[in-house]
Amino acid sequence: MTISLWQRLDQSGRSLAPAAVTVMLVLLGMVPVYLPGYERVVPSLALMSVYYWAIHRPDLIRPSAAFAIGLLQDILSGTPLGMTALVLVLCHWLVVIQRAFFLADSFVVLWTGFGFIMFGSVFVQWLAYSMLTQMIVPIQAPLFQALLTLAIFPMFAWLFIRVHRAFLREI
Amino acid sequence: MARLTALKALVQRFSFLLLLLASIALMMVGRVDPTLVQSTRTRVTDAFAPILDAISRPAATAAHIVETFVEIVEVHRENKQLRLENARLLQWRQAALRLEAENNSLRSLLRYKPEAKASFVSARVIAAPGGAFLRDVVVTAGRRDGVRRGQAAVAGPGMVGRVIEVGEWSSRVLLITDINTRVPVVLDNSRQRAVLAGDNSDQPRLLYLPPEAPVAVGDRVVTSGDGGMFPAGLPVGVVASVGDRQIKVQPLVALGKLEHVQLVDFGLPGALISEAERISSIK
Repeated sequence: MTISLWQRLDQSGRSLAPAAVTVMLVLLGMVPVYLPGYERVVPSLALMSVYYWAIHRPDLIRPSAAFAIGLLQDILSGTPLGMTALVLVLCHWLVVIQRAFFLADSFVVLWTGFGFIMFGSVFVQWLAYSMLTQMIVPIQAPLFQALLTLAIFPMFAWLFIRVHRAFLREI
Repeated sequence: MARLTALKALVQRFSFLLLLLASIALMMVGRVDPTLVQSTRTRVTDAFAPILDAISRPAATAAHIVETFVEIVEVHRENKQLRLENARLLQWRQAALRLEAENNSLRSLLRYKPEAKASFVSARVIAAPGGAFLRDVVVTAGRRDGVRRGQAAVAGPGMVGRVIEVGEWSSRVLLITDINTRVPVVLDNSRQRAVLAGDNSDQPRLLYLPPEAPVAVGDRVVTSGDGGMFPAGLPVGVVASVGDRQIKVQPLVALGKLEHVQLVDFGLPGALISEAERISSIK
């Protein structure tokens, strides 16, 4: 059976879903939310997305895609170029080499694994930013950011699972 | 077959290392040649500005709805408070008018050269992307609206930051709470000069204040005009706490709730800015 052009288009469209969701979350994370103190602890939505897709569909979100998405986030948010890219690439790599651990059936393992990744990423970013600005940046805000991201992870994990089932069941 | 998968794994590992090095190299490039990074940034931000603008509107609408409800609940208390304040302000108005007249007549005696008139551009905040390490906002006004680098950003009662990047129709404002911000200020009561330095918390600190300088909670902090970046007398905040090790200043504007800002052109010579730009262009 030959695959028609439309089927192929449909398939490649679907396989773009993980990257598209991640880019959308990057943009969504920049919307000004008028809550006091929120701008300091904006959750790292892109990290969640890269983490989830690197576990479940590493073939659809390559390290280079993670790098590009991190770069976009850096460019738009004004952080030093390469800082978020570094963290996303590291996250992708860690998940892929330890995939057997992360790819468990239980949600608690998924969540715990994300906790490790999140705190690791905060530490790496804090270290990088402190070195680049040549001063010790207060670590409270990044830590709160990590906690908030961890707290809302289940909500986004649910979203990813829905997208996963809706678009990527067959391919 | 086994060899093929091994090769694949090698390539994968290699690509990871390559990307890792690329990230680190980019950070270095940003350190060494900030202007290159900046021009890339402004172009990409410009391109994404319409999208950010579109997705920030629902959030703003939701915030307005919530605010309306809060306002309805608080309207009585607020009304009472505003009446009192109005009565007090009317007295101040009389005083101000009298002082203005007196000031005018004294100026005419002195042949005082008035400061250049300020003009401003209002812009909507479409992104507050800072995150844990940075305090900045992206606004919908750029070069074609007459925005220039280094202009002060003002919202309502006081200063909120400074324009650091200007695109064609968007620009980025670094807030006064950012760890990289330094504003020369003066304490309104004691005329004591200091530097307001952000530290990524909600309240920036006062630096270089002599230990014996009289500072009290509630003192007004205004720009001193030193360095020619900002005009003198622009209100910034009030002293919030005086400790042994640091003095914190509460900004006059709620920076987490910025919706619109005014980018003000004070017609200053801006000697330092043009100097800095000239040097960076030589580099």
